[in-house]
Amino acid sequence: MPKINYIEHNGKLHKIEVANGLSVMEGAVQNDIPGIDADCGGSMACATCHVYVKEEWFDKLEKKEDGEEDMLDMAYEPNKFSRLSCQLIVTDKLDGLEVTIPKKQA
Amino acid sequence: MNKTDALIIGAGPTGLFTAHQLKLIGLDCHIVDNLDKIGGQCIELYPDKPIYDIPAIPECSGKELIDYLIKQIKPFDIKFHLSERVEQVKKEKDHWIVKTNNETTFLTPNIIIAGGVGSFEPRKFTLKECEKFENKSVFYSIKDKNIFEGKTVSIFGGGDSALDWAIELSKNSKVNLIHRRDDFRGAQATVDKVKELAKSGKINLLTKYQISDVKGSEKLESIDIKYDEKETKNLKTDFVLGFFGLIMQLGPIANWGLNIDKKTIEVDTEKFETNQKGIYAIGDICNYPGKLKLILSGFHEGALAARACFKLARPNEKYRFEFTTSSKTIKKRLGVKSD
Ligand SMILES: Cc1cc2nc3c(=O)[nH]c(=O)nc-3n(C[C@H](O)[C@H](O)[C@H](O)COP(=O)(O)OP(=O)(O)OC[C@H]3O[C@@H](n4cnc5c(N)ncnc54)[C@H](O)[C@@H]3O)c2cc1C
Ligand code: FES
Repeated sequence: MPKINYIEHNGKLHKIEVANGLSVMEGAVQNDIPGIDADCGGSMACATCHVYVKEEWFDKLEKKEDGEEDMLDMAYEPNKFSRLSCQLIVTDKLDGLEVTIPKKQA
Repeated sequence: MNKTDALIIGAGPTGLFTAHQLKLIGLDCHIVDNLDKIGGQCIELYPDKPIYDIPAIPECSGKELIDYLIKQIKPFDIKFHLSERVEQVKKEKDHWIVKTNNETTFLTPNIIIAGGVGSFEPRKFTLKECEKFENKSVFYSIKDKNIFEGKTVSIFGGGDSALDWAIELSKNSKVNLIHRRDDFRGAQATVDKVKELAKSGKINLLTKYQISDVKGSEKLESIDIKYDEKETKNLKTDFVLGFFGLIMQLGPIANWGLNIDKKTIEVDTEKFETNQKGIYAIGDICNYPGKLKLILSGFHEGALAARACFKLARPNEKYRFEFTTSSKTIKKRLGVKSD
């Protein structure tokens, strides 16, 4: 199973196995990783699943769909490596992906 | 003080259908919602998106679903209290006293929390310093636009609210419109209008900027904005407006002594009652083994919670199960002829 590295804003690392097909958001929620609220349950309507993707991984991800950038406008301190983790679907290619969770989500 | 058999917190699909259930069995109710409109997530987050899994409705939009639900409760007189947030819940003998932020109070044996993921509140600037100026020179909604006349106003955001207010206020104020990227998500016609006003110098458009500091001791004096996460620029400004949409916040519900885990309230699956007698939680906000955050689940939970309310609201009567198709009493309540 691919491993995803979730880093809390204080630097604490959670290395988690997430099954293919789940989203990076679901991987976090199911494993009680703090800081990913996912209020809208993955329907791209809340921006509380916002993460910063590590630079070298950013271009390896599937491009943003319509609407994701709009939703990121509402995220907490977005930057150019921001993504909504509910839109990142785990595959073998993402083994080792590193995402940092913002200090807060609202 | 409003006396009622049941108070529903939340006018989303769950709260609306539950009001119908309560009225069918002869109980009255009031509904409070912090939004200025009826419909919860369906109306606030996805009015135009299609839903395909409402029983017997192959397809409807979020708004259509809410319109149907409102139509369904039309026969009944149900009092809505919109733009009010329930703040306080206190026990008094075998009743609850409930208070909103507008000081509306209710006395009721039953509180049904159909609060979704919490009440919708404006998203705020993340800078701590903004709090100091909130509602004085930093605003997230506009009540009186006249206070901006002749002043400098810095507007943040890229959606319709930000753009509409930039256009409106540019008539009588000096407007800076600041957004984190070049694209706007507002309606194309509005975006075009803003760009036109920017060209003619009526709006000072600053894209790829985000706020990085607010300055001033008593009064707001200026703000720093940062370009593309690099250099910063200082802007003199009298007011700052932020339009970043709404976010759901559990808020006061967390203080009512309920068992809360991950923003949801634990309930049983017979009455959907919480650990407090007479307080129920249904819809997205409740949690029990197997819970699905679907609209249809909220409907079922509401039907059972309504029956539980009957016991406390009418302790000396016996609840009788009846069908809407055949019950004369129910038809009378609905105001339809029985044959
Ligand atoms: C984009 C999107 C698509 C979806 N698609 C589907 C779908 O296809 N099928 C489906 O079944 N479900 C879908 N859902 C989920 C569905 O919308 C929710 O399950 C449903 O809205 C929950 O209804 P509710 O009434 O429990 O809560 P909500 O709709 O969240 O309403 C709760 C209301 O309570 C108010 N409130 C909370 N606390 C307070 C307080 N203290 N004082 C006053 N008011 C308060 C809030 O302001 C809010 O209006 C979707 C959700 C989203 C975001
Ligand atoms: S979970 Fe709401 S946008 Fe991702």
